[in-house]
Amino acid sequence: MIYLQIAANGLVLGGLYACIAVGFSLVWGVLNVINILHGSFIVLGSYVAYFAYVHLGIHPFISIVIAGGVLYALGYLVQVGIINRVVSAPVLITLTLTFGLDLILNNTMLVAFTADYRGITLAHPLGSLEIGPVFLPGDRVAAMALAILLTILLYRLLRDSSIGRAIIAVRMDREAAELMGVDVKRINAITFAIGAFMAGAAGALLSIIFPISPLNGPVFLGKAFVVCVLGGLGSVPGGLLLGVIESFTSYWLGPERAVTVSFALLLVLLFVRPSGLMGRRGYE
Amino acid sequence: MRNWLALAVIAALLAALPLVGNNYALRLAATVCMYSVMAQSWNFIGGLAGYPSFATAAFFGLGAYASAILQNHGVPMVPAWACAGLAALLFAAFLGGAILHLRGHYFAIASLIVAEMLREIVNTLPDFTGGGKGMNLPLLNLSVTGQAQFFFYSMLALAVLTVASAIVLHRSKLGFGLRCIQQNESAADIIGINTYAYKTAGFSLSAVFVGVSGAIYASWVNYIDPPDVFDVLISVKPMVMVLLGGLGTIFGPSIGAVILLLLEEAVWRNFLTIHVAALGVIIVVLVLFLPNGLLALIRERFPAKAMAK
Repeated sequence: MIYLQIAANGLVLGGLYACIAVGFSLVWGVLNVINILHGSFIVLGSYVAYFAYVHLGIHPFISIVIAGGVLYALGYLVQVGIINRVVSAPVLITLTLTFGLDLILNNTMLVAFTADYRGITLAHPLGSLEIGPVFLPGDRVAAMALAILLTILLYRLLRDSSIGRAIIAVRMDREAAELMGVDVKRINAITFAIGAFMAGAAGALLSIIFPISPLNGPVFLGKAFVVCVLGGLGSVPGGLLLGVIESFTSYWLGPERAVTVSFALLLVLLFVRPSGLMGRRGYE
Repeated sequence: MRNWLALAVIAALLAALPLVGNNYALRLAATVCMYSVMAQSWNFIGGLAGYPSFATAAFFGLGAYASAILQNHGVPMVPAWACAGLAALLFAAFLGGAILHLRGHYFAIASLIVAEMLREIVNTLPDFTGGGKGMNLPLLNLSVTGQAQFFFYSMLALAVLTVASAIVLHRSKLGFGLRCIQQNESAADIIGINTYAYKTAGFSLSAVFVGVSGAIYASWVNYIDPPDVFDVLISVKPMVMVLLGGLGTIFGPSIGAVILLLLEEAVWRNFLTIHVAALGVIIVVLVLFLPNGLLALIRERFPAKAMAK
C-alpha cells in the first residue's frame, strides 16, 4: 500500500517536473541552445507569484498568467537583444553566453530578494484528497493538473496555430524554413519567449510547494536536464518518470540521495543512448 | 624555440616576485598560476579538440578531496598532491571512455552533471569526506610569509609544467590529431586518427594538472567543503579565460587568466555583492563582441608580431 502512496506522490511531483522541462526542451530543440537561464527563469516566476500573493492577494494559480507574461516579455527581449546575435554559433559560444546571462539574472535576484528561503502559505488550502488508500494534498494535485494542462496547451499551440507550425518548421530545418518565408529570427524570439513563459508558469505553480530562493535555480535546471534526457522532447513521460524515480529513491535510500541517483541515471542513459532517449536524427 | 624562451623568461620574472612583492601580490600571483593551470588544461580538450567540457570543477574538487583524505590518513603533503593528480587522471580516463562519444550539448551536459554528482556523493558520505561540514587539512609549520611563498612557488611550478605540456602538445601528433577532431571529427576518423583514443588522452591530460591544482589549493586554504571546490564557476572560468586569450593558442589561456584575475579582483574589491553578475557581464560582452579573444584584436593590429600558434 505504501508503494501506491509513493508512486502517487511521485506522479504529482512528476507533473510539475514535466512543466519545468517542457520550455527547456522546446528551446533546445528549436534553437539548438541549452538555456542555462531556465532555472533562474523558474525562480523569477516563483517570486512574481510570491509577491502577487503577499501584496495583492492573488492566488498563485492565477499568477501563472502574470508570471508567464512577465517572463515571456523578458525572454523575448533577451532573445532579440542578445542570443539571436550568436544563435548559430558553436555550442561552446551559446552555452557560455546563457551561462553568463544566468550569472547576471541570478545575482540580481540575490541582491534584490536576498537568499532567504520564502514560501507561500495559502490562506484557504484545498484540503486533502483521498483516493482509495492514497492520500494527496489537494493543492499539489491541482498544481499538477494545471502543469499538465499547460503542457498539453503548448502541444496544441505547436500543432494547430500557424506560429506553432512555423516553430516546428524551424526545428526541422532552419534553412528550408527560411526559404519558405519564415522569419527565423522572430520565430527564435517567440520560441525562447514561450520557453520563458513555461518557466514562469512552472515557477508560479512550484511556489506553493517548494521554498523560493535564487539558490534553487540550479536545482530546477538539473531537473530539466534529467527530464529531457529521460523523456526526450515528450516531457510529460520523462517528467512523470523522474518524479516516480525520485519518490522511490527517497523512500529506499533517503531523500539526500535522490538527486545523485537521478544524475547517475542520466549519465548511464547518455552512455547507453548517446543522443538521449529522443535520439533525433541529425541532432548530435 | 621561441615559445620555450618566452616561457623561461616569464617563469624567471615571476620567480623573482617575492623579492619585490608583498604577500597580497604573492596571493594574486599564486591565483593567476592556478587559473592558468585550469585554462591551459581546459584548452587541451575545449580549445584543441573543440569539446565544451564543464568537468574542470569535477577534477578540481576530486583532486582537493583525494589529497585531503590522504593527508588525513597520514600521507605527507607532496606525495598526496601527486596522488591527487593521478586520481584525476584515472577518473578522467574512465569518465572520458563513458562520455566522449557524446557530442555538442550532450557532452556539455554530461560533463556538467559529473561535478554535481561528485558534490552530492561527497555530501552523502560524511564519515569518509566530512560531508557538508567539509574537511580540515594539516597546517604547515611555516610563517605567514613562508606559506605565501611556498604556495606561490608550488602553483608557479605547476603552471610552468602545464604550459610546457601545452608547448609539447601543440607540436605533437596528439595535438595535431585533436585539432583535426575539432575541425571535422568524421574526417579525422577516416584519415586514420583513432579519435576515441585521442579524445580520451586529451581529456585525461586536461584533468591531471587541474587535479594537482585542486590538491595544492586545499592545502593552501586549509579547509575545503563541497560547494567551494565543486563550484560550477570553476568550470566556467577556464572557458572565459581561454575565450579571452584565444582558443587553441599556447599562451592565450595564460594571458586570459591574468586578464580575468585582474578584472575579478577589481570588481571583487569594489562591488562585492555583484561580482558574480560582473563575471556574467564579462562573459556576455566577450561572446558578443570578442568571439576570437583579445589576442585576435592584437593580431589584427600588429600582424607582424603575431603570436606563435
